[in-house]
Amino acid sequence: MSAGSGGGSAGSGNGRSGNGHQVMLRLKLRIWRQAGPDEPGGFLDVDAEGIPADCSFLEMLDIVNERLITDDIEPITFAHDCREGICGTCGVMINGRPHGPEKATATCQLHMRKFRDGDEITIEPFRAASFPVVKDLMVDRRAFDRIIESGGFISAPTGTAPDANEIPVPKDVADFAMDAAACIGCGACVAACPNSAAQLFTAAKLGHLNVLPQGQPERWRRAEAMVETMESFFGSCTNHGECTEACPKEISLDFIAVLNRDYLKAKVKNRRLASQT
Amino acid sequence: MAQTVAPPEAAERVPPLRRRQRQLPWPLNIYQTAVGKKYVMAVTGVGLLGFVIVHMIGNLHLYEGPSQINEYAEALRDLGGHLVPRTLILWVMRIGLIAMFGLHIHSAWSLKEISRRSSPKANWVSGNKRYPGGQDYVAVNFASRTMRWTGPIIGLYVLFHLADLTWGWWLGGDYIRGDVYHNVVESLSSIPVAIIYIVANVALSVHIYHGMWSAFQTLGVNNPRFNHLRRGLATVIAGAILVGNLSFPIMVQAGLVA
Repeated sequence: MSAGSGGGSAGSGNGRSGNGHQVMLRLKLRIWRQAGPDEPGGFLDVDAEGIPADCSFLEMLDIVNERLITDDIEPITFAHDCREGICGTCGVMINGRPHGPEKATATCQLHMRKFRDGDEITIEPFRAASFPVVKDLMVDRRAFDRIIESGGFISAPTGTAPDANEIPVPKDVADFAMDAAACIGCGACVAACPNSAAQLFTAAKLGHLNVLPQGQPERWRRAEAMVETMESFFGSCTNHGECTEACPKEISLDFIAVLNRDYLKAKVKNRRLASQT
Repeated sequence: MAQTVAPPEAAERVPPLRRRQRQLPWPLNIYQTAVGKKYVMAVTGVGLLGFVIVHMIGNLHLYEGPSQINEYAEALRDLGGHLVPRTLILWVMRIGLIAMFGLHIHSAWSLKEISRRSSPKANWVSGNKRYPGGQDYVAVNFASRTMRWTGPIIGLYVLFHLADLTWGWWLGGDYIRGDVYHNVVESLSSIPVAIIYIVANVALSVHIYHGMWSAFQTLGVNNPRFNHLRRGLATVIAGAILVGNLSFPIMVQAGLVA
């Protein structure tokens, strides 16, 4: 996870309307400021004028930060990395929704033209007890790494490269696994969940590995370990469905049903396996 | 997925909110986990829903007249005929219901506590987190948001309902043991009592609307071929229970059952 305090490319000025004029927005921002994990936080009101409509949300924050630096105010800390919607590093609550109002869009892929001139935008960090705020808009999501560590891997023989297509994978299984593998681990599901549950994240990781032939050797151990690690950090799912709506990759709620099924099977099967040793 | 560049120092790690307790023997250890508790909640919920449906259908005997519903109540006490002692089977079912209620409430309470401790600034009853800047919900509905409110309402209502028509605390001299028709009409003709029944049964239907759909999801009943039917089924069943159960206080108040 890379910390970003400003830097990056400031609005590049490519945003032009049909007649060649750049559309500029004036926004009223309410941005969460918090000096550290245990410091009290609060909203900072920023009048952001002259924001190009074609810049992304993160570029808008870059522009705001450059101005803050000019005014000798500490820039706003926010996490970002690839800025093309695939790394899962960025992510803030924008007007009460993770990654903002657009469906299937990460914060970095959200463009300012989706807002109107004069809009008030409230920006605050993702919240959950296991996502402590590092600073301002940046949260520590290493609890996700703990879930991955506990079972998000497969065992593969090393040595000579296996023949291509040696392991047949049916097309629909590959598609199902790919839908789950689209998860970028941004934490929007936890942020959106009123229970702060990480079911959708864990279900995506399990759904990805548990259906593929390569994932079978650890399947039941994985289901048990990842779910129980998840439970030690996050809340309990009540099937609101808010996570799927917030997910920039539109991971389906159906994966949670698969998680539940695999977990119970694992609890039965692992007992049998344990009794054999 | 975001990568951590260097292995973090142990002290820098985000500590788990809860540690695993000592494992109980199988299958009790399943109930020690949140997903296991969800299974128990779903299974007991389906059981209780079965009771609610049968109870509602059985009560429709009210419309056939006093002798029919009293005969039906007598038949419940006499289940099993002369093969088993009178009311034995009824008591077995009652104990099963009490056990299901207990487990349903205990699992709901523990899961609410897990969510509350996992959420900053959580609401004490709902266990749901609050954003200082407000949260804009997209998918939640009234039913799913109020599960932890409708639940206690139903619990209190069940106690009221038992005290009202099984123990006859309020009707006093007007309560005639075994004369179901008389007791129901006597009780529901009071306006405050009718209002309690109406409010509680609306809460019950709202609870069932989310609970039944949620049970499919929790039990892992998921098949692309019939997933789209799950919401519809929950709506139809919750609606049928709402109409059936509300008809009793309304018909009595309207003077159509007297």
